[in-house]
Amino acid sequence: MSSARSVPSVALTRQLAGPGAARAAARRRGRIRQTGEGRRPGPVSYAVLVFILLISLYPIYYTVQIASTAKETMHDFMGLSLGSNLFDHLATAFKELNFWRALRNTVLVSSLCALSVVAFSTLAGYSFAKLRFRGRGPLMVFVVGTMAIPTQLTAVPLFIVMSKLSLTGTLTAVVLPGLVTAFGVFWMTQYLEAALPYELIEAARVDGCSMIRTFFHVAVPAARPAASMLALFTFIAQWTNYYWPFLAIGTAAQRKPLLTLAAGTLSAGHYQDNTLIMAGVALTSLPLIILFFVAGKQLVAGIMAGAVKG
Amino acid sequence: MVTHATAREDHPAVQKAPFRARLSRIDVKASPYLYISPFFIVFAVIGLFPIIYTAYISTRKWNSIAGDLGVAAAYGQSGETSWYGNFAWVLANHDFRDALFNTFSIFILSSVPQIIAAIVLASILSANLRARTFWRMGVLLPYVIAPMAAGIIFRQMFADETGVVNIVLQQIGISPISWHGNTLASHIAIACIINFRWTGYNTLVLLAAMQAIPNEVIEAAVVDGAGRARQLLSVVLPMIRPTLMFVIITSTIAGLQVFDEPQLFSISQSFGGSDNQFLTVTQFLWKTGFTSTSDSNMSRAAAVAWILFIIVVVFAILSYVLTSRIASTGGPDKPKRGRKGASR
Repeated sequence: MSSARSVPSVALTRQLAGPGAARAAARRRGRIRQTGEGRRPGPVSYAVLVFILLISLYPIYYTVQIASTAKETMHDFMGLSLGSNLFDHLATAFKELNFWRALRNTVLVSSLCALSVVAFSTLAGYSFAKLRFRGRGPLMVFVVGTMAIPTQLTAVPLFIVMSKLSLTGTLTAVVLPGLVTAFGVFWMTQYLEAALPYELIEAARVDGCSMIRTFFHVAVPAARPAASMLALFTFIAQWTNYYWPFLAIGTAAQRKPLLTLAAGTLSAGHYQDNTLIMAGVALTSLPLIILFFVAGKQLVAGIMAGAVKG
Repeated sequence: MVTHATAREDHPAVQKAPFRARLSRIDVKASPYLYISPFFIVFAVIGLFPIIYTAYISTRKWNSIAGDLGVAAAYGQSGETSWYGNFAWVLANHDFRDALFNTFSIFILSSVPQIIAAIVLASILSANLRARTFWRMGVLLPYVIAPMAAGIIFRQMFADETGVVNIVLQQIGISPISWHGNTLASHIAIACIINFRWTGYNTLVLLAAMQAIPNEVIEAAVVDGAGRARQLLSVVLPMIRPTLMFVIITSTIAGLQVFDEPQLFSISQSFGGSDNQFLTVTQFLWKTGFTSTSDSNMSRAAAVAWILFIIVVVFAILSYVLTSRIASTGGPDKPKRGRKGASR
């Protein structure tokens, strides 16, 4: 991409240097096309991608397929055909899961965590990226180091503390450990370092802004793209998180339903009826699949941006 | 900063100026700490304190109901106490050894094919495809399926009698495989769950790194007569080494902690398999701490947590060293770049 920018376009070459030069430029461009970024892939590439897409889609389709069959005919080989019981099973699972409450709770927990992670990370990330203070280096190393700590390490004492505060079985216990992440701080620091010029901060200061006003009027607008991606990823991570909610909610899963735990409770109660369980899995997966179709482009962009900058 | 000096010049006549200047100086000095402190305070409570507390608990005899019952019991000697009693108990436990073996086996079976597949897919996606956003989103779709849901789906697909995998195997004349009973088979099935969810994600991470390679470098390789495989091995892989190491290290850290997939893969209540075929270390931690009624259940779980932590750190370092070896034999590269990748 960068090389294309430095070379004038074929049309521009025609204007500047005449048709002969333009033909030569087009020929040269054609040769570059054969390599790297520009090469057009053959059918084999597409075949591999279609194959990968199909094996990614199949388990999702299979879920719907099993959910649509009658319990008795589950054992038969069905190819790709659907049974006729899909909506019955979905309706039953919908009721058994207490779907609306589970959805509400899950959205609540995931949004709270996403908001809080973004707020804490933007504030700390701005400070790390753009302000000078003693101990900045070691503190940043500390933040990066803690990203490698397994979540399992903290589960036992967190559980003990939560039960001492009699918070086990509440949504508060699920939310609390997700309020900040070291990754969030790292992410915002990386982004703001590159995206926020010192000149802007200084201009605001010259105009008489206090430090905190500078933060809100200069840093926050600049941080917005990275903040929304961080929110999206935190939201999904919290939504799909199973281990800690599983420990924290425990036996209260009926009273405090969460979508991630809900299908699990279905399988504990009805583990004979796999058609119903699969209907539950389909239902609980649906909200994130919808989110994927709405925000999939941002997800792709976010993962790729993180890889380059990190 | 220069800024508050200028601010003072704007209001020279006002009497409050010295006070405001002092305030502004305090503002400049204190603000950085004020902005990072919310994060560090919350993190200290929910991250740092639990880690230190885990270390303390692991040396005690700690029950989930009764709480702290004194120093840990020494392993194998009744009546004696010793601070490492819980660690000795864990290390001598047969279930733990099974779990350790299973965790490594599942980790290898999931991460190696996954990273190879991600490299191949990323190199396909980095070409000038039609509808590239569509393909990129396509490989990422499984990422939004929760591990819990994927665990249940694959449990059904690999069900011994009713699952589609065995049904298809029988259709083509192969005898059905006991995906839940056989140790290796269950590891392969669980690795499939992990690969299903993470291959696409890692593909995009590697793809981003591949696109950052300057076109001229690839062109030079083409001019020198390198085929596509040679380009990938000798040019692309060495150049994306930092990112490759990042992918390998993160999948090491996550792979050794695997819990959701084997937990949901289990049929009925025999978590980890009837004979520990696919019990992982984190499942063992959960069983020890949250389902056992022993009088030191919590402290033993804490000991498992610390042992797991040490294993994760050792393996993260090991895979760092290994990949820097492997990748550096592939072609010319600068050793400086590796360190950047590891610090993430």
